[in-house]
Amino acid sequence: MAEAVVFYIFAALILGFAVLVITAKSTVHSVLFLVADFLCVAALYVVLQAPFLAVIQVMVYAGGIVVLYLFVVMLVNLKRPPELHADPRRLGRLGLVMALAVFAELAAIGAYGWLKPSGFDGSLDSKNIEQVGRALYTDYLVPFEVASVLLLVAMIGAIVLAKREQ
Amino acid sequence: MTEAVIFPLIKIVIVLAAVLATVMYIVLLERKVQAWVQVRLGPMRVGPHGILQPLADVLKLFVKEDITPVMADKWVFTAAPILVLVPALIAFAVIPFASNDMKLFGLPISGRIADVNVGLLYIVSVASLGIYGIILGGWSSNSKYPLIASLRASAQLISYEIAVTMTLVTVIMLAGTLSMVGIVDAQARQGMWFAFMQPVAFFIYFVGGLAETNRAPFDLPEAEQELVAGFHTEYSGMRFAFFFLAEYANMIVVSAVATTLFFGGWLQPFPNVSWLWWLGIVPGWMWFCTKTFMFLYVFLWVRATYPRYRYDQLMRLGWKWLIPLAILNVVVTGFLKVLLKG
Amino acid sequence: MITQTHFLVLSAALFMLGVVGVMTRRNIIIILMSMELMLNAVNINLIAFSRQLGDVTGQVFAVFVICVAAAEAAVGLGIILAFYRNKETINIDEMNLMRW
Repeated sequence: MAEAVVFYIFAALILGFAVLVITAKSTVHSVLFLVADFLCVAALYVVLQAPFLAVIQVMVYAGGIVVLYLFVVMLVNLKRPPELHADPRRLGRLGLVMALAVFAELAAIGAYGWLKPSGFDGSLDSKNIEQVGRALYTDYLVPFEVASVLLLVAMIGAIVLAKREQ
Repeated sequence: MTEAVIFPLIKIVIVLAAVLATVMYIVLLERKVQAWVQVRLGPMRVGPHGILQPLADVLKLFVKEDITPVMADKWVFTAAPILVLVPALIAFAVIPFASNDMKLFGLPISGRIADVNVGLLYIVSVASLGIYGIILGGWSSNSKYPLIASLRASAQLISYEIAVTMTLVTVIMLAGTLSMVGIVDAQARQGMWFAFMQPVAFFIYFVGGLAETNRAPFDLPEAEQELVAGFHTEYSGMRFAFFFLAEYANMIVVSAVATTLFFGGWLQPFPNVSWLWWLGIVPGWMWFCTKTFMFLYVFLWVRATYPRYRYDQLMRLGWKWLIPLAILNVVVTGFLKVLLKG
Repeated sequence: MITQTHFLVLSAALFMLGVVGVMTRRNIIIILMSMELMLNAVNINLIAFSRQLGDVTGQVFAVFVICVAAAEAAVGLGIILAFYRNKETINIDEMNLMRW
């Protein structure tokens, strides 16, 4: 019961903030709505019994990536926002395609829900971090190391790209 | 059911009231300590020896005119002080003030608001959310000094966050758990506080904590002689009070976390020495408060003692000295842990 | 009762919102942010399935998705900054020449 209330509130907040992200006039407001969205998604992860992921989401996504977006938005502070042309025919065609895609997806989810009724084997919470850590260091060690090399490459790449030509 | 809701609510109210009262008096204490170091007296008029000075300050900030710059972004300008204060306050939710099993009028209560399994990571993530208020406060004022100051302050925060998080990794390695209550219990089990097992980590954490809270000698972003008043130049009245509150609340969080991680939290010192048994009469939360105040006093002491770092010196210290030292500390701790285990 | 279907519908809706954002907006920073929305929808899906199947693999994969998103955001924003310095625009309609 409490879980249902919490889920609906956070789901409404997530979708509401997502709509605001893609429709806000000012880019800074979009970024702020994105932060709020990520915080609500982190709360949803706690409901899903993944506290480690929730904290990682706040620390990396909301506290790192979106700060980067905010910096870039402030550095690229345009007076003329680039939303001048919006072709209505193109938007109409796009809307039709998106509606078809939404129906197809909902049909797929409905079919999955009907064929395989959900049974939660929820026993993840108290030792969540240990399980994730153990999995990361035993079964998924190679992807872990590759991810660290990827982050190193991305760091060097970002520094090289953003440096001014001297 | 009511216990799961009522008790934490009462504890939240108590903790928030205590933090806000402490912040008000830390402001007074700072002025007094700085004054005594500089061989003068500090505020003396309001109340005996200036005891009621914080009340006068709060009253002044309440009745000041609330100015918003003309071209400022209204919503973001209003939201920035809130975004700075809230992360500073919610970090107290996982700090253990006293031991787990205490009895108050026969009811069992625990000495913390919540025992989250990922408590330490929660504090780090909440601290990384504190950057937003600084960036937005500077940007939304729509004026150049706050903008430059906020960019500097946020760059400083991000740089020192890395070194601080590395030191926390060594503490986690020693304690074997991320939960704050578990870390205090690990110190009780090992009989030695982590500050003595990890002096380098403690030092780096403290210096990083000074830089994270924009305190001297790392307070260039808000130094009076530099950029007017930094990123909160255009704020007045209660909004400025929020920034002020948030800075001191951040100081208290850093001190409380340093106490919990490195100095044994609510544990009494020397539990095994028999002729010091009388130290056990002092309750756990009083030890916690004493140790936290000790750290806060060192914050004030350092401010009165050291000259300010220039911005490039500050960044060089963070990136070229503290981060390699912290990483080296992690590696050495890992080695020693494996060697001494087998 | 909150079943798996609720989480799947939520993540599908969030994904669709991300796709709409990528398709309709002209500001390239908003497009990148909509891509982050899509990645978050995928993460919600992964973690919902991880809870249903009792397997921690979903959460490990979600950690990797977050890593990749961080790397992509850093490099993408670096490219945007470099482009902005040369062409003074972040409108994706005006980024249509391979060399200027």
